[in-house]
Amino acid sequence: MTLRAQLVSAVGHPVALPDEPAVRVRGVGKRFGARPVLAALDATFPAGRITGLVGPNGAGKTTLIKILLGLVTADQGNIEVFGRPLDGTPAYRARLGYMPQAPRFAEHLTGRELVALVQDLRGATGPVDEALLDWFAGTPALDQRVATLSGGTRQKLNAALAFLFRPDLLILDEPTAGLDPVASRRLKDHILAARDRGVSVILSSHLAGELEELADHLVFVLDGRTRFEGSARDLARATGWSDLERGLAALMTGAGR
Amino acid sequence: MRTFLRILACQLKEGWRSRPILGYTLILFLLTDALFRFGGGGPRVVLSLINVVLLLVPLVGAVFGTMYFHQTRGFALFLLAQPVGRRPLLAGLYLGLAIPLTCALLLGLGLPFLWHAAPEPALWRPLGALFAVGVLLTLAATALALVVAVRVEDRARGLATALLLWFVGAVVFDGLLLLITMTFDRWPLERPLLVLTLLNPFDLGRVLLLLQMDRAALLGYTGALFARFFGSGIGVLIAGAALLAWTAGPLTMAFRLFQRRDL
Repeated sequence: MTLRAQLVSAVGHPVALPDEPAVRVRGVGKRFGARPVLAALDATFPAGRITGLVGPNGAGKTTLIKILLGLVTADQGNIEVFGRPLDGTPAYRARLGYMPQAPRFAEHLTGRELVALVQDLRGATGPVDEALLDWFAGTPALDQRVATLSGGTRQKLNAALAFLFRPDLLILDEPTAGLDPVASRRLKDHILAARDRGVSVILSSHLAGELEELADHLVFVLDGRTRFEGSARDLARATGWSDLERGLAALMTGAGR
Repeated sequence: MRTFLRILACQLKEGWRSRPILGYTLILFLLTDALFRFGGGGPRVVLSLINVVLLLVPLVGAVFGTMYFHQTRGFALFLLAQPVGRRPLLAGLYLGLAIPLTCALLLGLGLPFLWHAAPEPALWRPLGALFAVGVLLTLAATALALVVAVRVEDRARGLATALLLWFVGAVVFDGLLLLITMTFDRWPLERPLLVLTLLNPFDLGRVLLLLQMDRAALLGYTGALFARFFGSGIGVLIAGAALLAWTAGPLTMAFRLFQRRDL
């Protein structure tokens, strides 16, 4: 019996081997009509680490995230999540927590009803972590209809729904957008704590400061291809800029120092 | 099945709390009540409601349905990021709107009959036909709205498409039938016209209602053909089955499109 098979039989679901990435992307291509969005993209998202997915608008980051979530089908290439190729079945998403940039919920449901819905759909058993829920969304907001919540409170609810059911892989798309400084700080602390518990995180962000603080690993995408993969230190070495923002700008414009 | 039922329950809860659906119920209720107060007894009210059922019900199903499904798109994407398959999601979204719209129709039209005309057994058959056609048209129009919303991503274009479909079915189609009849008046057109009638859910609904109400004068050309060729009983069965096919066909198309669509 292979090591993977032994681990799978022990924990009951696919797992990442010690050196295996949480997500491996190989030669993924995607066109929308005549427009190529991803062109044979390769990328590795290490397990148990925070990977910053970076690139200018239109680089293909959102499409890559949508392919990971099964919302878009790649034209070519393959993607493995915790060693298992995506095959169109939805079960693997029970291990994912996704925080979209601009969440749209059922407007007439309350926050608590949404939490119960997601809990049911994920087959999550046991009581909800009320402390975590309260920490993110606040008790009064949870009993209000989503339509009446402010943008910031919706974003907190969005975060709560992504973190609440103990995912092994968190996909966060501009997670601090729209949050006040206190909530933003709390969310960042929570992302770091999740990483420390062994959760793998894919963090799509344009904020260099946020990436500098949180990301252990960077995947830089431009024109549908991975142009850089490595740590912030590797990026500084490659571009000649110790400042991450300038280094990323240099990658975008192709102007190293 | 569990996923479908959970999403359906959520969408039903959403539907009951929706103001447009409440407004639709109220409009149907007030209209029917007003017909009783100003228009006379039960049989005349049923007759007056034929055009409401044939025109307003598909309009609301197609146009409001398309808007509703477009509005739900963001939430659908959120749900698909959970371990949820596309088929149970789409089934939940469809029935989550079709059931509240059906209930709105039955309550809006039915309640005034309960206190204005309940004791008249002669009304039961035409009223039953009115409800049956209303429900079938609601299901068919909502299924068409689902196809439009899945196929046409842009909201304005989707809305225009739904309105155009309604306009073609409600107005243009009968005009075309008339044009064909006049142009080829020396040809035996009965059978081709019968087949053409099956292509239009509005005409099917009209045929079903008028055959049930024995209003030969109101049958119109296509309805008269149905009555003559099939007699009332078989005509009802064929028109009813064709109307059901108008729900099943678009639903099949919507599921196929949605299954392979990039979202």
